[in-house]
Amino acid sequence: MAKVTLKDIAHSYTGYSENPDDYALKSLDLTWRDGGAYALLGPSGCGKTTLLNIISGLLIPTKGQVLFNDQDVTRLPTEHRNIAQIFQFPVIYDTMTVFENLAFPLKNRGRTKTEIEPRVIEIARMLGLETNLYTKAQHLTADAKQKISLGRGLIRQSVNAILFDEPLTVIDPQLKWELRSQLKYLHKQFGFTMIYVTHDQTEALTFADEVIVMYEGEIVQVGTPEALFERPEHTFVGYFIGSPGMNIAPCNIQGDKAIIDGHEIALTRDYHAIPAGAKIEMGIRPEYLRLNPPGGAGLPVSIKKVDDIGRYKIVRVGLNTREFNVVVPELSGMTGDKASLAFDIEHTNIYVNDHLFSGEQQ
Amino acid sequence: MIAKQTNQKAWFMVLPVFLVVAFSAVIPLMTVVNYSVQDTFGNNVFTWVGMDWFKDLIHSERFHAAFLKQLMFSGIILLIEVPLGIMIALAMPKKGWGVPVCLISMALPLLIPWNVVGTIWQIFGRVDIGLLGHSLASLGFDYNYTQDPIAAWITLIIMDVWHWTSLVVLLCYAGLCSIPEAYYQAAKIDGASRWSVFRYIQLPKMQRVLLIAILLRFMDSFMIYTEPFVITGGGPGNSTTFMSIDLVKLAIGQFDLGPAAAMSLVYFLVILLLCWVFYTVMSNIGEESSNGGK
Amino acid sequence: MRLKWLIPAIYIIFLLLPIYWLVNMSLKTNEEILSVFTLWPRDLTFANYMVIFTDASWYSGYINSMIYVSINVVISVTFALPAAYAFSRYSFVGDKHLFFWLLTNRMAPPAVFALPFFQLYSSIGLFDTHIAVAIAHCLFNLPLAVWILEGFMSGIPKEIDETAFVDGYSWPRFFIKIFIPNIASGIGVTAFFCFMFSWVELLLARTLTAVNAKPISAIMTRTVSASGLDWGVLAAAGVLTILPGALVIYFVRNHIAKGFALGRV
Repeated sequence: MAKVTLKDIAHSYTGYSENPDDYALKSLDLTWRDGGAYALLGPSGCGKTTLLNIISGLLIPTKGQVLFNDQDVTRLPTEHRNIAQIFQFPVIYDTMTVFENLAFPLKNRGRTKTEIEPRVIEIARMLGLETNLYTKAQHLTADAKQKISLGRGLIRQSVNAILFDEPLTVIDPQLKWELRSQLKYLHKQFGFTMIYVTHDQTEALTFADEVIVMYEGEIVQVGTPEALFERPEHTFVGYFIGSPGMNIAPCNIQGDKAIIDGHEIALTRDYHAIPAGAKIEMGIRPEYLRLNPPGGAGLPVSIKKVDDIGRYKIVRVGLNTREFNVVVPELSGMTGDKASLAFDIEHTNIYVNDHLFSGEQQ
Repeated sequence: MIAKQTNQKAWFMVLPVFLVVAFSAVIPLMTVVNYSVQDTFGNNVFTWVGMDWFKDLIHSERFHAAFLKQLMFSGIILLIEVPLGIMIALAMPKKGWGVPVCLISMALPLLIPWNVVGTIWQIFGRVDIGLLGHSLASLGFDYNYTQDPIAAWITLIIMDVWHWTSLVVLLCYAGLCSIPEAYYQAAKIDGASRWSVFRYIQLPKMQRVLLIAILLRFMDSFMIYTEPFVITGGGPGNSTTFMSIDLVKLAIGQFDLGPAAAMSLVYFLVILLLCWVFYTVMSNIGEESSNGGK
Repeated sequence: MRLKWLIPAIYIIFLLLPIYWLVNMSLKTNEEILSVFTLWPRDLTFANYMVIFTDASWYSGYINSMIYVSINVVISVTFALPAAYAFSRYSFVGDKHLFFWLLTNRMAPPAVFALPFFQLYSSIGLFDTHIAVAIAHCLFNLPLAVWILEGFMSGIPKEIDETAFVDGYSWPRFFIKIFIPNIASGIGVTAFFCFMFSWVELLLARTLTAVNAKPISAIMTRTVSASGLDWGVLAAAGVLTILPGALVIYFVRNHIAKGFALGRV
């Protein structure tokens, strides 16, 4: 088990280049502590699989260093990095039994039979594979096969890190949940450093202690699930995380007041330092907006659409030409299509050129 | 797989194929069966002889010899072409300009008319005008495929390897190309040796195409006619008189219709039987490696 | 592992050497072939090729071969298309046995059929015609075509058919407008293999022809046994038989691997 450090990593598939647009990964610095559970979250093509392959050694980065416990492994071949990786699709050795599949990584490293057997049985029991330990792997279902892949990743106690590349893609939804909680449990049991790549925010947020959100080859935020939700550091994070995502509306700032379409909203912090000519936006999660009856506190809005999700409702409201999503438990006391929109100022963030701008304390 | 719909009208779609193949296969086969139980002295006078030709054939040394030679030839070329084909397929590039170069140059021998293949090797192996024969002779080897049975055999085997190994290569290559990259990555991570990668990933994934390659090579080498006919004409002596050559000699050369017909039938049945045995054994190995215990 | 490329490279050299030798000889005069041993022509000549291009008994052989191969490819593909569709989409009485029986014909040694074919086609007056050879070659090409096409068709989801029928397409219109474009590369691969096996076959082609439809390969064997000395012309004729195959490979090079990948040759 190891601490994983990435120092100024950049990668371009076309080789070294001066043009930053050629890079699939643009200058990353990260440290992952030993035994942590991390998720790399981002849309397809954001560079998360590239990053994973750099860590596993399947790719050598154009620039920068990969360190395992302060040892430079950038150019070390995969087989000497002592890592495990689980792929999107189950990779199993068809002609081997489940037992042989699980034992394979240990056998290749010259472990004796007496070491291998109890370990295989232990892992198989944890994954619920002990009943068909001696059947051929190719006859199993997709999720059992993926469990074998998982097992092969977990079987070595000494691995530096376990990497997951969207491992639940082929798994049925109801089994996804089961495998995910199994993973979480195994992480607690063994304390491996785990890095989990996904584009599914639920998977990332439930699995990881810390989530790394990537967008167009860059890390836009590293933080706990709460931080990503409460204080997205980039408009992309606000929009990508949460369902529905954060409301982002262009606005003007005058000292400690925000002005949206001529309506003034008082803020708790002072934003004098914003450079002139910058793109300024206000971001607020639908969960932190409230609807009051027309004429009550807040800005006058019209209700455009109501979606009933079950436990709560998503209301789409219009403030002149701007639209906001509001999450409300109940639409009580409201008649007609008019309402007042109230902001929870504590949870209102200001973004300058897409990045979070913390004003000064008043 | 998807369950197929039952539709007896589908027979109408198959009918043209059925009729053409039946015309080309059933009528001639009936003719053969008819001849095989009769004797003729020309002028279309036939007499019923029952199973006599078959009895003669089974005890005929000539048939035994041709059959053994045939079996040996097929065995040898399978032993050479299959491992060689796998080895070349493994070494072939997966991308880049090398792929079309390999594919095109390797497919080339497959598209040369079989007698031209024979001619090429007939010329190539000649001591006086051929590169191979001349080189061997100047290196001091006593090589002459028209007089020495061993040289004739070696020439035929090298020729067949030249002609057909590409088929095994292309089939195996196609099988290899269908293996997702993740398998190789996983093997690296699991610390598998080069041999393990071959044994546990590449070989199982190639199994199906390999079965087809072996069946095809067995079938076609067992039926080989044109190339030895051109190169050696069955000689020297009878040393390269394979079954097809013997059969044509008997049927068209000597016009011994009865024995030739009996031989045809036995020959055909032997191929069917051996193919069936091959197929069953090979698929059993496949099943065993996927069902058996540790 | 650095030297891995050597294996295919050596193999390709091994493949090309005899072909090179044939080309080399075809460009030499007979005197040079027989008197000195030269690795390349000293006295470059195209006279051997001129002999073939000017003598009708030579070049008609190419035309004959081309004609019956084309007829065979057309018959094989057009007849096999509906049959392959039936095998891939429907189950019907005897389908499996029929399929297996078709395949056994691929295993039939042509030598077995040589004589009966000769008699059959003579008796119906088709002896020494292109169509006779084309139909005879269907014996192994039709089963092959059905087999390859069935593989490609099974890879096309059934929903395509169903959607088309719901949209009101009749079967023939659906087959031509929608289905055939979908398996175009499969048809290409099939035609390639039919071409290949018809083009390279000699025994049946020779047995079923005398003068009018005699294929080039048979003309070559005759020359060998008769004069046996005109090596230059023989080599030139050989080179010319390789060209059509080389051309066809070049055009389908991107599809070959796919066809082989289906494992249905």
